[in-house]
Amino acid sequence: MTKSLGLSGMRKGRAWALGGLLALAGIGNTIAEENPHDPYEGFNRSMFAVHEAIDKYAAKPVAQVYDNAVPLPVKAGVGNFFGNVGELWVGVNSALQGKFADAGVDLGRLLINSTVGIFGLFDVASELGLERHDEDFGQTMAVWGAGSGGYLFWPVIGSRTVRDTLGWGVDLMGDPVGYVDSIPVRNSLRGLRIVDIRASLLPADKVVEEAALDKYAYIRDAYLQRRRNQIFDGRPPRLDD
Amino acid sequence: MMKKLFALLLAGFLASTAVAQEAPDVLVQRVTEEVLEIIRHDKEIQNGSTNKVIDLVDKKVLPHFNFQHMTALAMGKEWRKASPQQQQQLTAEFKTLLVRTYSNALTSYKNQKVVYKAFKMAPTDTDVLVRTEVHQPGNKPVQLDYSLEKLDGGWKVYDVVVAGISLVTNYRDQFGQEVRNGGIDGLIASIANKNKSLEANQKK
Repeated sequence: MTKSLGLSGMRKGRAWALGGLLALAGIGNTIAEENPHDPYEGFNRSMFAVHEAIDKYAAKPVAQVYDNAVPLPVKAGVGNFFGNVGELWVGVNSALQGKFADAGVDLGRLLINSTVGIFGLFDVASELGLERHDEDFGQTMAVWGAGSGGYLFWPVIGSRTVRDTLGWGVDLMGDPVGYVDSIPVRNSLRGLRIVDIRASLLPADKVVEEAALDKYAYIRDAYLQRRRNQIFDGRPPRLDD
Repeated sequence: MMKKLFALLLAGFLASTAVAQEAPDVLVQRVTEEVLEIIRHDKEIQNGSTNKVIDLVDKKVLPHFNFQHMTALAMGKEWRKASPQQQQQLTAEFKTLLVRTYSNALTSYKNQKVVYKAFKMAPTDTDVLVRTEVHQPGNKPVQLDYSLEKLDGGWKVYDVVVAGISLVTNYRDQFGQEVRNGGIDGLIASIANKNKSLEANQKK
């Protein structure tokens, strides 16, 4: 009795497995045709749907209230403050990529903005001609020769390749906010930073919404292009068409 | 009388060659500043009037764009599969889509400042990249680059790149997908549908 049940169960299981494999192979084929950078498209699209729901009901409304209620100089101060908080980590990554002159500039920016710029609220360094750089550990790994891996979409944090997901984890360790002792202060800072970032993306929302035939694909391809641009510090080699 | 007429003709001729020979970086800067100056003084555009801003872009910006080239670039290898008539339809629909979406982006212009990067080209160059940056308080500057090609009618923009994202090639996978699903005509239809729904929702 048990045996026959087991057997039929196994048969059924095998049939299912076979069907599943065929389906996977089919999906694999179409996806390989569609975009070699997006092998996990099915997973990503479902995560994207979750993300959109969270954004619609939580992140975006909060960012809109913030954007409307807070006067521009304060918003600029908040943006500058978090820029300054991340400056040391930017400098570390410049150095890890062998860009020591850039790292010097980053350190100079940190010193000037933390003092003359009053805890980073004012970006005095930019006005003095010390240009702000855009570095993170994902870019550092790319400069070291790591491939990007497949594209992933995570709820809340959004687009990341496999490499950039790892990089993001390391960036968290390099984030001074994580070392603030007081938990309420730490969480407030994290919350405010998310709102600040989301608010800065509000103008882009409408453009993406209107421009995209397929919003998921539009965001994915924009992310991949932008990362390539960041890795090459704004001067990526031209791709042949 | 003849002298006056001749002088007038000469002046007209000089003016037109001056425009034709305007260097690509000078062209980008001139058009950008003209457009921003108008937006700064136009309350309707600042309040999001799509018609008004499209009108402005139509007059000031579009004459300097090569939409056929942009469409070909967005299509990639699919472009050659389209008949000349389909290419024409694609170009028309894609132009409408780009103009509407990115003109709307102009209505959210507030107090950004455009900085023009140093530009160098050889006299024989026919394909150049003009680099600018948009600065806004509290945010990282955003890179805004234009690819231009030299044609008989002067320099024409065929790609706009924001923060490293080409607004043209970013469509390539989406277009490819539409072509696989419904052929070239399917792609034309889906861009046309998108345009229609945007027009139906627009703020006058």
